[in-house]
Amino acid sequence: MLSIENLHVCVDGKQILTGLDLELKGGEVHAIMGPNGSGKSTLSYVLSGREGYEVTSGKILYQGENLLEMDPEERAGKGLFLAFQYPVEIPGVSSMNFLKTAANSIRKFRGEAEFDAMDFVKFVREATKKLNITDDMLKRSVNSGFSGGEKKRNEVLQMAVLEPTLCILDETDSGLDVDALRVVGEGISALKSKTRSFLVITHYPRILEYIVPDRVHVLASGKIVKTGNNDLAHELEKTGYSEYMIDAA
Amino acid sequence: MPAVDETLDQVKSVEKYKYGFVTDIEAETAPKGLSEEIIHFISRKKNEPKWLLEWRLKAFERWLDMKEPDWAMIGYPSIDYQDAYYYSAPKTSEDGPESLEDVDPELLATYEKLGIPLHEQEVLAGVKNVAVDAVFDSVSVATTFKETLAEHGVIFCPISEAVQSHPELVQKYIGSVVPVSDNYFAALNSAVFTDGSFVFIPKGVRCPMELSTYFRINAANTGQFERTLIIAEDDSYVSYLEGCTAPMRDENQLHAAVVELVALENAEIKYSTVQNWYPGDENGVGGIYNFVTKRGACRGNKSKISWTQVETGSAITWKYPSCILQGDESRGEFYSVAITNNFQQADTGTKMIHIGKNTSSRIISKGISAGKSKSTYRGLVSMMPKAEKSRNYTQCDSLLIGSECSAHTIPYIESRNSSATTEHEATTSKIADEQLFYCRQRGMSEEEAVALIVNGFCREVLQELPMEFAVEAQKLVGISLEGSVG
Repeated sequence: MLSIENLHVCVDGKQILTGLDLELKGGEVHAIMGPNGSGKSTLSYVLSGREGYEVTSGKILYQGENLLEMDPEERAGKGLFLAFQYPVEIPGVSSMNFLKTAANSIRKFRGEAEFDAMDFVKFVREATKKLNITDDMLKRSVNSGFSGGEKKRNEVLQMAVLEPTLCILDETDSGLDVDALRVVGEGISALKSKTRSFLVITHYPRILEYIVPDRVHVLASGKIVKTGNNDLAHELEKTGYSEYMIDAA
Repeated sequence: MPAVDETLDQVKSVEKYKYGFVTDIEAETAPKGLSEEIIHFISRKKNEPKWLLEWRLKAFERWLDMKEPDWAMIGYPSIDYQDAYYYSAPKTSEDGPESLEDVDPELLATYEKLGIPLHEQEVLAGVKNVAVDAVFDSVSVATTFKETLAEHGVIFCPISEAVQSHPELVQKYIGSVVPVSDNYFAALNSAVFTDGSFVFIPKGVRCPMELSTYFRINAANTGQFERTLIIAEDDSYVSYLEGCTAPMRDENQLHAAVVELVALENAEIKYSTVQNWYPGDENGVGGIYNFVTKRGACRGNKSKISWTQVETGSAITWKYPSCILQGDESRGEFYSVAITNNFQQADTGTKMIHIGKNTSSRIISKGISAGKSKSTYRGLVSMMPKAEKSRNYTQCDSLLIGSECSAHTIPYIESRNSSATTEHEATTSKIADEQLFYCRQRGMSEEEAVALIVNGFCREVLQELPMEFAVEAQKLVGISLEGSVG
């Protein structure tokens, strides 16, 4: 599914990723954990193709293709989805309209027919029930005036509707209280499938209760410094990241 | 540039302005230039009564003494008014078309290409409930649903026809809102106007369908000077929409229209414009100069006039649809989206003149500039001494795309009544990179993303358009910004 080899990335001339390797297979869930400033968000932006992230060496293969040659929308069309740490507000565009435009863009990319308006509403209703999203939220402008929890639920809704094959969650649990975390966590958990892979980027292990990782990686100072199973996440909760920060330095 | 890209660009530029075709049709054209003789010629062609010819000549005389205004934030080479044609009409059988069957099939095909249905049965079969008047160069070629409207006492016909059939109405109201000497372009229009629409809604009638006029400039070197007059008697209502397109030509063409609205007691006129004249190419060559005077008089108490405009075309737009709020408790509204791309220039806004007591007005202006274009909102809110407790709310938002365009907001507020209130809010923003990236991460192309974000920015205005046209306007917003990013 995703193969990252010796990835070096610069932002504004500063080296952020310094030789990152990762191998993620179809249907697997991997967690990337690490202290602030270790390069977690940089990784999610490089994977999704945001401008300003310069790959100085290394390569990324996604479903066997060179990911770095693709535009962001092409990556999205091929099933790569990023749940943003800070979802962006788009005033005047209703969430429903945004969802529909996105879903139809992706369908068009895949050579599929666009959604029928009525079918789409039904399809979205199904997804919203599980996420406790009201019709009122769908009518409001994308992320405008949404609470932290609403924004994150909206990200998961988009993920459900766009049916990606690789989901990258960038600190989706941050800023959520226990109840909001449960709704979001269960929403993500419901999307697990044999073919869908997850890259869960997080600072805290609590979201991993809902989506149990096959592998846990510790990212520090721009590279993976340790890999283990789910036990590693719990260990990190007790010990923190200080050990790895010293190691990496 | 690789050949493939070049071809792609060419295809794109064609798509960008799909109305840019020319209809090959035999036309009858007056000699070039502007003179008393030409005005006599036009008046004779239209078989006009003497008073109208005199009215035109008076306007011409005033025009000769006037100066082209230079206060707007627009720049263009000076116009040689003697180098244009002032009359061009598709050549038809002597007496003009009696019914649609008599209309030149080429013409019908043109309107079909433009997506404007002139066959009533087609309209009836579709979802649109709209009566259409089609104006081609200097004359109206067809008006649909005349009979249905007549049953309600509604008159909807070319103004040249109204001059013949209802001269007393035309004489009473023409020039009563925009006097001949109001401004340079209005005077020019009064002298040489050739056609346009006439609407009369009698007392107590709610017009049963949307009325709409499509203006098309086809002939080369021809100016279009249409004149529209809408009168809504007491307790009546009408919603009217105009659409405009022109072929792609390298030279600039002049369009100087005058629109006058009169709303009597408790009447409401909703006037919507989707202006898509040819804007010129991406190097600023060609395009329409759109110098238009639009004004509505809320003469009766509790009357209401609402202007909604979506301005995406023209090389230059100079246009200030205004309301004179004479009647007590009358209301004026102005909702505007003005989009400029490449080298387009728009100086547009409104005037709200509060004269009566308890009058109110609302102005929502959304300017979007891309490429190297320039967009200016210019507005006047005037509270006259007797405008007790009158209110105005103005909101002007500008959105910039790229770094070579500019947006300006010039609001004038005059208050001569201490109980009147005016509010003004203005914002300027750019499409944030993170918004674009967010949309693209969800699978949208850059252009789809811009169209979506801009439509969101304009939503308050677009939702004021009649339903039948809102969808078209949304698409137009997207198309006119193609190539503005990346």
